[in-house]
Amino acid sequence: MRENSIIGLVPLLPIVGFVCLAFFQKSISKTLAAVIGCSTVFVSFGLSIFLFMSLRSGVDHGLHLHLFDWISVASWRFSFSFLVDPLSVLMMLIITGVGFLIHVYSVGYMHDDEGHNRFFAYLNLFIFFMLLLVMGSNYLILFIGWEGVGLSSYLLIGFWYKNMDYNKAATKAFIMNRIGDLGLILGILVILIQFGTLEYSEVLAQAELLPSGSTLVTTITLLLFIGAVGKSAQIPLHTWLPDAMAGPTPVSALIHAATMVTAGVYLVARNNILYTLAPFTTQIILIVGIATSLMAAMIALRQHDIKKILAYSTISQLGLMFVAHGVHAYASSMFHMLTHAFFKALLFLGAGSVIHAMQGEQDIRKMGGLKKHMPVTWITFFIGTLAIAGIPPLSGFFSKDEILVHSFQQHKIIWILASVSSFLTALYMFRLFFLTFWGDRVRTAVHPHESPSTMTTPLIILAALAAIAGLLGLPSALGGGHMLQHFLTPVFEKSEQVLSLHEPSHQQEYLLMAFAVALALIAIGLAYNLFVKKLNVSRLFDGPVNAFQKAMDHRFFIDELYAAAIVKPLYAVSSFFYKIIDHKVIDSTVNDFGFVVNESSKGLRFFQSGNIGYYILAMVIGTIGLLISSKLIFN
Amino acid sequence: MITATLIAWPLVAALITLLLSPGQAKRFAILASVVEFAIATYGLIQFKLGAISGMEINWPWISTLGTQLHLGIDGISWILVLLTTLMVPLIIASVPTQEITSKSSGFYSLILIMEMALLGVFLAKDAFLFYIFWELALIPIYFICLRWGGDRRGPVTLKFFIYTLAGSLLMLVAFIYIYYHTPLPHSFDIQTIYLTARNLSADDQSIIFWALFFAFAVKMPLIPFHTWQPDTYQTAPAQGTMLLSGIMLKMGTYGVLRWLLPLVPLGLLQWGKMAIILSVIGVIYASCIALAQKDLKRLLAYSSIAHVGMISAGMFTGSQSGIQGALIQMFSHGVIIVSLFYIVDIIYQRTRTAAIDELGGIRLSAPIFAAVSLIILLGNVALPLTSGFVGEFLLMSSIFQWNPWWGAMAGISIILGAAYMLRAYRKVMLGDHAIRFDDLSLKERVILFSLASMVLIIGVWPSLVLDISEQAVEELVKLISSQSN
Repeated sequence: MRENSIIGLVPLLPIVGFVCLAFFQKSISKTLAAVIGCSTVFVSFGLSIFLFMSLRSGVDHGLHLHLFDWISVASWRFSFSFLVDPLSVLMMLIITGVGFLIHVYSVGYMHDDEGHNRFFAYLNLFIFFMLLLVMGSNYLILFIGWEGVGLSSYLLIGFWYKNMDYNKAATKAFIMNRIGDLGLILGILVILIQFGTLEYSEVLAQAELLPSGSTLVTTITLLLFIGAVGKSAQIPLHTWLPDAMAGPTPVSALIHAATMVTAGVYLVARNNILYTLAPFTTQIILIVGIATSLMAAMIALRQHDIKKILAYSTISQLGLMFVAHGVHAYASSMFHMLTHAFFKALLFLGAGSVIHAMQGEQDIRKMGGLKKHMPVTWITFFIGTLAIAGIPPLSGFFSKDEILVHSFQQHKIIWILASVSSFLTALYMFRLFFLTFWGDRVRTAVHPHESPSTMTTPLIILAALAAIAGLLGLPSALGGGHMLQHFLTPVFEKSEQVLSLHEPSHQQEYLLMAFAVALALIAIGLAYNLFVKKLNVSRLFDGPVNAFQKAMDHRFFIDELYAAAIVKPLYAVSSFFYKIIDHKVIDSTVNDFGFVVNESSKGLRFFQSGNIGYYILAMVIGTIGLLISSKLIFN
Repeated sequence: MITATLIAWPLVAALITLLLSPGQAKRFAILASVVEFAIATYGLIQFKLGAISGMEINWPWISTLGTQLHLGIDGISWILVLLTTLMVPLIIASVPTQEITSKSSGFYSLILIMEMALLGVFLAKDAFLFYIFWELALIPIYFICLRWGGDRRGPVTLKFFIYTLAGSLLMLVAFIYIYYHTPLPHSFDIQTIYLTARNLSADDQSIIFWALFFAFAVKMPLIPFHTWQPDTYQTAPAQGTMLLSGIMLKMGTYGVLRWLLPLVPLGLLQWGKMAIILSVIGVIYASCIALAQKDLKRLLAYSSIAHVGMISAGMFTGSQSGIQGALIQMFSHGVIIVSLFYIVDIIYQRTRTAAIDELGGIRLSAPIFAAVSLIILLGNVALPLTSGFVGEFLLMSSIFQWNPWWGAMAGISIILGAAYMLRAYRKVMLGDHAIRFDDLSLKERVILFSLASMVLIIGVWPSLVLDISEQAVEELVKLISSQSN
């Protein structure tokens, strides 16, 4: 079939782009590099649209492409093959679509950087691995992509490799991700040993027959979730993401907001039937998700670095997506992931534009009044801020509302906490917004200017998407048909059969919506009061802090805790093993053997003196001794 | 005949090399080892086409001892023959031009003799012959380390020599013990040895198991028999370290596959779990130690111990995935560790140090070198689509299948591995130290690019290696799991 052969081209183009860029990065011009980087991703995007259309026209079992058997040992066959179903095509569209816009943006953003060509090479490499992650038809291809995006992320965080702090952040990200990866690979091994295969279609078909709450399902889901926690920066493996902001801003937008960090969300969605059958794991996911969401939102309130605020915001929003998974609202989680990809990419790119204008300054205390200098940036940023704050009719409102409605139905406490988190979101985002764009003047001596059109065009497109994407999931209460949920039905229908959730009444839903909007408006009002009306910057930031605020400033001391509880002891163990066990115990035992042999040979040397008289004497004594002893023994 | 040629040609070449001047000797040795590789490739193609009959030779040798010149080759041996013949030319070529004068033709001659002995080990089908080649391999490397090594080479090399010699003596004792139980006339032939050993009592098999285990464990080396290794790797000349870590330690792992597992199924049944646990503990222990190493060579030494521990654990599960994983990992580890020691040597040649804290900022002036090093490093931390991943994944799955908890323990090494390798990479390659560091020369490029492309090709297309040994491993697993004949 024609569609099937096209599948292979989607990831192939970016990797070809990578290879070209990597080999010829020194010899080709910046323009050519940008063209190669952008066009490969753009064509992949076009092909993804084509595949999306074919799926819509009725191939609901998904499209398969088997390339070759990758590893085969005994009865295990791990094939290199792809599956394009509604879930993966949704991800593919986001990856290549948002990815393309960010490529275009980077043409402007990275134009004066000496590593321009290398940057596009890495971006293409990332797109390739991310596509493998979502397109693989089995867990092993997913794992290739999973580790591959970790590598790309490592390369891009440490892109400016002369700065040792950035390199440390890159290493930290890679290692913390690997902790999660260990959980994932162990989960995969349990699946392999239990089911004898790693193909989704076979595993998930067998899995749905398992009893709900069995140890096996709980184990698998927990292990896979550890992987998700690492990649999606949830408690306790979240600390790498804020540090990852060391990378160039387009990277933060693409990898650390729109795509890679949502891999964990994708993983749970892909295995939704397993999670539906694992109530214990779902509880854990709920707790982790809501705790992460709240904690990150609180930290974001008191950060000053524009990118760090957005990073914590991402962690917080990812937490909400996991909350949605925790209440089995898988489609809502994917919906929020989609809208978040638009508005968070937009916000990051907007932040990049601001940083560009501020000549590298990232501290929002030093900004202000940018509204009049950067009309496109501020309007698009405003749209993004409204979207994330949950103001209708922008996209964030609909997706967040769905999550709140589902939590309200199942866990009132979770609903309250999620509402608090949303409230905080609106508050810190408008704090950021007001401090950056409002006010009468810039608080440092720079002359900001609007960014070039390669940067503003993606902003405009993303702003439009962030504004209208909510229509895809218009709830029935507002007269919509929820196209997205409908489209994803083949992926989630088994879970829905098991769960048989009932829709909330329209009246209830109106009330919840009104409440959510009211909260957001209060937050915005509060932010306006605090940061625009009574703007007294020095009092706000340098005033006395209580213990809780101090903890927030220090991100709840989690990095310090890890350093003291894990890293230091590990190095202590390392040198204990090396200096004591290896040298003092094992090696000296070995040397003692040598010593004993040496010493005893010194003793024996006495008997080989070369003096014939001694030999004869010894022979005589020996013979007599032998005779006597044989007499004694045998008689 | 191909097996005899494989052994004879390096020996002849070694003698010719001796007659040449150092410069010529190097060129000739490269040529000779490339020819050897061509012979091996030709043989492998024949083998793949199914022409196995002509490859086995069984010539009379010391008939009173019941030992023969019996050479044969199967899929398992092929992997190691391929690794050896592929690595030796690269190792010889890696001698830097400025060292031509300090390395006499004897140096290359010794490497070729070593290649001969290593191939003998991988091809011998007679226990006595195996032992002879096993010890023979030690002699050239001893002289290479003693003559061209660094500080403290005397005591370090002596310790290495005596330690491994002591290990192999136990192996000889075990072989002789089995030999005296063979039906008259006694024989050292592999089939007879297999048959006899497998019919020994469980107690006898246990003793043989440990005697052989000790011999092979010292060679690999496994914790706690490893203390000769970091010192030796540090003191030996770069090519010596490459030979030791890349090929010679595979004698130990190969020995387990050929001369331990099939011999004593009852011993394995009783003690296999101990061997796995010891290996896994070694993996964690060595990975931990590698974290705080200050010298690149020592870091790689401990990293190597960790990887070999993993190979060993997988083999002792006796499962097909474990042994196939072990074989592809032997190959991959050979390629990667040779590359890594070469990288360290390149750094050492230019900066005269291998101390991590004294280095930094190399990428700034040598971007190509840094990029290739990164690819190889990623192979060492088992990133998917590099050769390291396939082996590590299969080994981990076999250990996990044997016992999930120990499998998970072994898995911790993927975190620690990333931690110590990336830490070293960051400190050595990155940063903005302005040091003068020439990027790779053409020769260095050719060597490192071919090594790096092997890492990638096998990572993407692992069946290239897995297919060679599949059938042999299937037979081996059958032999292991059937308890006696």
